[in-house]
Amino acid sequence: MNLGAFLIRRLWQMIPTLLGVVLLVFFLFNWVGGDPAYILAGKMANPDDIANIRHQLGIDRPLWEQLLIFVQQIVTGDFGNSWATQEPVSAIFRTRLGPSLILLIPMMLLETAVAVAVALAVSAWRGSTLDRSLMAVSTVMMSISLLVYIIVGQYVFAYLLGWFPVKGWSDEFWRNLTTYAVLPVLLGLMVSIAPSVRLYRTFVLDEIGQDYVRTARAKGLSETRVLLVHVLRNAAIPIVTNVLMGLPALLTGAFLLERFFAIPGIGREIILAVERSDFPIIKAATVYVAMATMLANLLGDLLYHWLDPRVHLE
Amino acid sequence: MAQPNASPGLWTLAWRRLKRDRVGMVSLAVVVAYLCVVFLALGGWIAKDWTREVGVNYAPPVFFPDDQDETAIPLGKSVALPDQVDLYGLQDPLARQLEAIRARHPDDARSTPERRQLTLPLGGDKWGHDVLTKVIKGSETSILVGLIAAILATVLGTVMGAVSGYFGRWVDDFFNWLYGVFTSIPYLLLIFAIAAVLQQKGVSTIILILGLTGWTGVFRLVRAEYLKHKSREYVLAAGAMGASHARRMFIHILPNTSHVILVQLSQNVVGFIKSEVILSFLGFGVPVDVVSWGSMLNEAQNELILGKWWQLAAAGTAMAILVTAFSLLTDALRDALDPKLKY
Repeated sequence: MNLGAFLIRRLWQMIPTLLGVVLLVFFLFNWVGGDPAYILAGKMANPDDIANIRHQLGIDRPLWEQLLIFVQQIVTGDFGNSWATQEPVSAIFRTRLGPSLILLIPMMLLETAVAVAVALAVSAWRGSTLDRSLMAVSTVMMSISLLVYIIVGQYVFAYLLGWFPVKGWSDEFWRNLTTYAVLPVLLGLMVSIAPSVRLYRTFVLDEIGQDYVRTARAKGLSETRVLLVHVLRNAAIPIVTNVLMGLPALLTGAFLLERFFAIPGIGREIILAVERSDFPIIKAATVYVAMATMLANLLGDLLYHWLDPRVHLE
Repeated sequence: MAQPNASPGLWTLAWRRLKRDRVGMVSLAVVVAYLCVVFLALGGWIAKDWTREVGVNYAPPVFFPDDQDETAIPLGKSVALPDQVDLYGLQDPLARQLEAIRARHPDDARSTPERRQLTLPLGGDKWGHDVLTKVIKGSETSILVGLIAAILATVLGTVMGAVSGYFGRWVDDFFNWLYGVFTSIPYLLLIFAIAAVLQQKGVSTIILILGLTGWTGVFRLVRAEYLKHKSREYVLAAGAMGASHARRMFIHILPNTSHVILVQLSQNVVGFIKSEVILSFLGFGVPVDVVSWGSMLNEAQNELILGKWWQLAAAGTAMAILVTAFSLLTDALRDALDPKLKY
C-alpha cells in the first residue's frame, strides 16, 4: 500500500476514536459532573443567578444541542474563556505550549540518548556484575516516587547548594533552557530513564542473538562496530516507536515538574484548572492531547516503516 | 489428589520455580509483611489513633531515647485571661456565663496536662503526631486503594477482554473502540479530568477512578488470550458436550489465562499505588482526615524547608521498599508462570 492511501486510511480510522473521546469528555462534564452553574455561582447563589449562568453556558438547552456546541468548539478551537481568569482558552494553550516544549524536548532527547547508550553498554557486558548491579539500581530508582526526587532535588540542589534557581521562568528562550529548565529536566530523567534502559536492553538483546550478528562477527568486525552499526540499527526500530508512544507519559511527568518549579506550561495550567474546577480548560486539554497522542502513534508507524522497509503499511 | 503419579499442575510448578528464585522469595516476604501490617491496622490492632498528639511539635526522631527524654509538658496552659482582665481593672462581660458552662461540664473545661514526648522513634510532625503510626496508617490507605482498585480494574478488564475475544465480530469492534478511546487520553490526564468532575473526595472515589480507567492493559492481554484459545480443541469439545458460552468462557478458558491475569494484577497494584500517591499529593485524592503516603509527602514538602526531614524519609522509604518488592515479585511471578518468556 502506498503512503498516501495509508495516511488517508489511518486518518479515517481515527474519526471513530476521536468521536469516542469527544463523547467521553462530554458525558463526563455534562452528565456525571452535575450542574456547573452551582460551582460558578458560588456559595451564595440565588435561583436567578443560577438560571442566568445556565443560559450563558447553554446548559438549559437539550443535550444533543450541547453536544453540537461542543463539537463546534473543538473544530473551531474556540472554547470560550477560562472560568477562573476569563482568559480565552485558546490563548492559554498558545502561550503555555512553549515552556512545556522547552522542558519536554530536551528531556526526550537526553533520555533517549542516555538510555540507548546505557542499554548498549549493559548488553555488551550482559550477565556481568555491571549488568546485574545496574539492573538492580534501575529497579530501585523506578520505585522511588517522582515526588520524592523533586522534593529532595529542589531542596538539596536549588535551596541548599544554590546550583540552580529554586523555581521560576523568564521571557528569554535561552535563559529558560540553560537556567530554569536544567534541574526539572534532570529530575525528570531520574525517573524516566530506568524503565527505558530496561526496555531498550531487551530490544538490544533480542537483536544480539540473531544470525546476522554472528555473520558480522565472523567477518571479523570489531564488537564495537557490530553493536553500534549492525545491532543498533535494528534495535532502533522498536526504540523509536517507544519514544514516540512514550510522549504522553512524558507529558504527565511534566505535570508535576511544571507545578513544582512554577513553569508556566500546559501541565501546570491543567493542575490549576482541576483545583479551580475550570472545566473549559480541562475539556480542551483532554481532547487536544488525545488528538496529539493519536497523531504521535501515526507518526510512530510511519517512522517504523521508514526505518524498516520490511514492515508493510497496512 | 492422592494419585501417586499425578503430574503437577501449573500452580504447583510455578510455586516450585518461584521457591527457587531467591529474589522473588525475599520480595514475596516483604510484600506479605506489608500486607500483615495493613490488615493489623485495618483491624485496629496497631496504629489506631494516629491523630493523637503524643509528641512535641516536630519531635526529632530518636529510636532509643534517654530516660529523661519523656517530659511532662502541660498541653494548653490554663488561660491566663481572668488575671489580665483584673490587671486592667476591667470586668469580663462573659464571666458569669463562663462559670455556668464550667459548672455544667466540669470535664471539658479543665485541660488535663498531657505527657508529651520530646522524641519519637521516627519523629513527629507539625502537630506532634507520631510519624511511625502515621506511616503505618498511610501504608494502609495507599496499599488498600492500590489493591482494591487493581482488583476492580482486573475484573473489568478480564470480563471485557473475555467477551471481546470470545465473541469477536461487532462485540470485539465495540470493545476495541472503547480501548482506543481510553488509551488515546494520557492516563494521568484522564484521572485528573474525572477528579475535577467528581466534586466529592473520598477513598472510594479514588478507587473508582483508578479502577474504571485502569482496565486497558488487562483487556488487551486477556483479549489476545481468548482469541488464541477460543478455537482450541478443548474449548470446541466443551462446546460439543453442550457447555454454554459462559461456561466455556469462565470455567474452561479462564483458568488457562489466569497466569496472564495474575501478573497484570500485580503490575496494576504498583501502578495504582503510584497514581494514588500523586493524586493525594496534589490534593485530588484522599480527604484531609485520611492519611496516605501522598498526603504525608505533601506535608513533608513544606517541612523540609524547616529542616524536618523525617516525615519525608519515612513515607518515601516505606513506599520505595514496597514498590521495589512488588515490582521484583511481579518479575518473579512472570518468570515462574511463563518459563518460555526470556525477559
